[in-house]
Amino acid sequence: MATQHSITIKAGGSEKDYWKDLWLNKQLLWILSKRDLSVRYKQTLLGVAWSVLRPLMTMTVMVFVYSYVAKIKADPGIPYPLMVLGGLTIWTFFANTFTQISNSILINHNLVSKVYFPRLLMPLSSVAVGFVDFLITFGIYLLVTAFFQTPISWQIIFLPCFILLTFITSMGFGLFFAVLNVRFRDIGQLIPFMVQVGMYVCPVAYPSSLVKGTWYEKYYNLNPLVGIIDGFRWCLLGSKSYFNPQSLYSTVITSSIILVISLIYFRKKENTFVDHI
Amino acid sequence: MSVIVAENISKKYIIDHQRKNGSSGLRDIVSDTVDKWFRKPEKNGFAEKEEFWALQDVNFSIDQGDRIGIVGHNGAGKSTLLKIMSRITEPTTGQIKIDGRIASLLEVGTGFHPELTGRENIFLNGAILGMSKAEIRESFDAIVDFAGVEKFLDTPVKRYSSGMYVRLGFAIAAHLNPEILIVDEVLAVGDTEFQKKCLGKMRDVSESGRTLLFVSHNLTAIQALCNKSFYFEKGRLIDQGDTTHIVTNYLSKVSHKSLEKHWDNIDSAPGNDQVRVKSFKLFPEYQDDLNHIDVRTPINFQFEFWNLVEGASLNLSMHLYTFTGECIFNVGTQAENFGKGLVSGTCEIPGNFLNDGSYVVSMMIVKDTSTVLYNMEEALVFDIEDYRENVTWYGKWPGYIRPQLNFSIRQSEHVVND
Repeated sequence: MATQHSITIKAGGSEKDYWKDLWLNKQLLWILSKRDLSVRYKQTLLGVAWSVLRPLMTMTVMVFVYSYVAKIKADPGIPYPLMVLGGLTIWTFFANTFTQISNSILINHNLVSKVYFPRLLMPLSSVAVGFVDFLITFGIYLLVTAFFQTPISWQIIFLPCFILLTFITSMGFGLFFAVLNVRFRDIGQLIPFMVQVGMYVCPVAYPSSLVKGTWYEKYYNLNPLVGIIDGFRWCLLGSKSYFNPQSLYSTVITSSIILVISLIYFRKKENTFVDHI
Repeated sequence: MSVIVAENISKKYIIDHQRKNGSSGLRDIVSDTVDKWFRKPEKNGFAEKEEFWALQDVNFSIDQGDRIGIVGHNGAGKSTLLKIMSRITEPTTGQIKIDGRIASLLEVGTGFHPELTGRENIFLNGAILGMSKAEIRESFDAIVDFAGVEKFLDTPVKRYSSGMYVRLGFAIAAHLNPEILIVDEVLAVGDTEFQKKCLGKMRDVSESGRTLLFVSHNLTAIQALCNKSFYFEKGRLIDQGDTTHIVTNYLSKVSHKSLEKHWDNIDSAPGNDQVRVKSFKLFPEYQDDLNHIDVRTPINFQFEFWNLVEGASLNLSMHLYTFTGECIFNVGTQAENFGKGLVSGTCEIPGNFLNDGSYVVSMMIVKDTSTVLYNMEEALVFDIEDYRENVTWYGKWPGYIRPQLNFSIRQSEHVVND
């Protein structure tokens, strides 16, 4: 529903008031986020405990498999569990928000076909759940840090930048797939697969210092998540953790370009979602 | 002053004949593309995709305070128009200018989440419909009161009865305060009690000088609520003006639908080597100067078929279905022996018997009272319009049939206080 007082409806739909409209609907954004959060663990036995258990269990398994079985080492001076948990924290944040954004339009299909509001609200509000999970995992990370008695480095002040970058990247990819998902249900099959493969491609269970000096390093760094994950660990563990600034440039550039393209694509398609859903 | 001006509105849909669910998978796109490359061109001559114009060149303007009823058959483009005006989908061409805060109610309880409580859903649904938090808080008590769900405010709505669910949904929508209100066929759901409330609330809206657009098949409600009407047919706005004029016009067109089917050539007529159908006809006994079928109108059916086997023992069996497929009755004739040639049968449905609605007649030709020789499904389709006298209630009349029975009340004892 529109709240402004005079509107023109026409084909193309790129009315100039879109962003203003989005701002006016911020309450709805808040309420939709709150809905997703409060519905999250309804009718579960363990409730919010799941948000704590999942990263802990994943970490334990990964420490066992990669560190004890496969004998992968973290960068010198860094406990392997901390490295994995750091990587997992930010990777899970990306993976969750990306998945939720991609599904946001389909999940809210009953709204899409019955009321108007800027459709961008749906992907935006779907981020909330992932963000709260991130905060919980981050809390666990801090506890584990205390356990290993590793000091938190001063670089932590840059942490918000990397969280913002993760958000931009997941939006960029997510919006694109959200639009495709409306038209092609194949995307629903593809996304879990991409997330699964993505975890191996990105330096989650291993440090990207292993890639340093190889012929494929420059291609590897094109992946915007390499810069994000390495940067995130660098913020928490300090300069002992390997971080190639080059990967950061590529993150900023690729993510911004992808976000802009996805936004244009989303805006172009959002008024016809209902015809395909 | 015009608050809504629509110019050249058209809406095109692409219909996929092959796929039933409308959403095509990536696989279809790939296989289509492969087909295009490798198939011979003449095979592609069959168009799988067809353009369908749900709306075509619609122009109108609506003044402040107008209450517009929108009538037309299913698929005439009414709902598409509402969807465009509510900005749910965009027009293919043309534009609509709207001045004023607009709210649309295309469904009751849009966005309700089953796991959330009634209280949470009031805020959720209110926000979805465009109310601010302050507005919802202000009318919260009124909403709860209107819906009558005080006791269940903190119960998840999945535990609500369907009646409670609908009441809560409508209560929220009823407390919207728009300058322009768009309402789709919401009267179709809910019990009669709900419908009464719904119509009462809409009357309040219309009386307070706000602009109302109302789509309904319930012509009685439209006549009661709306001062002007639009008549849509096949995506075009073919007539607009005073509601009484439009409704009369619409009804007379409705009843001149194909009430007759006939086949002149015995070889191509539907049937088989034993019987072939010649004609189905429906003759309404119109009342007075009316030329449409309403609940008072007696209807005569006439059937003709060719019997191709000398001395066959045949009877007819007729089913009457509602449009949604429930069988209302089945009647059969006595079996008789017929010689080769034409056989005809008639059946009469009295007036004041069927309720208003759309009906489908199917006819079976039966041999030896046991073998179905031929079953003509959807032999005839006809509509019965509503008609009421001396009532102040406009909701959908419940029931499949609407007989006039000897039903009366009288005072059996009068107690006079001294």
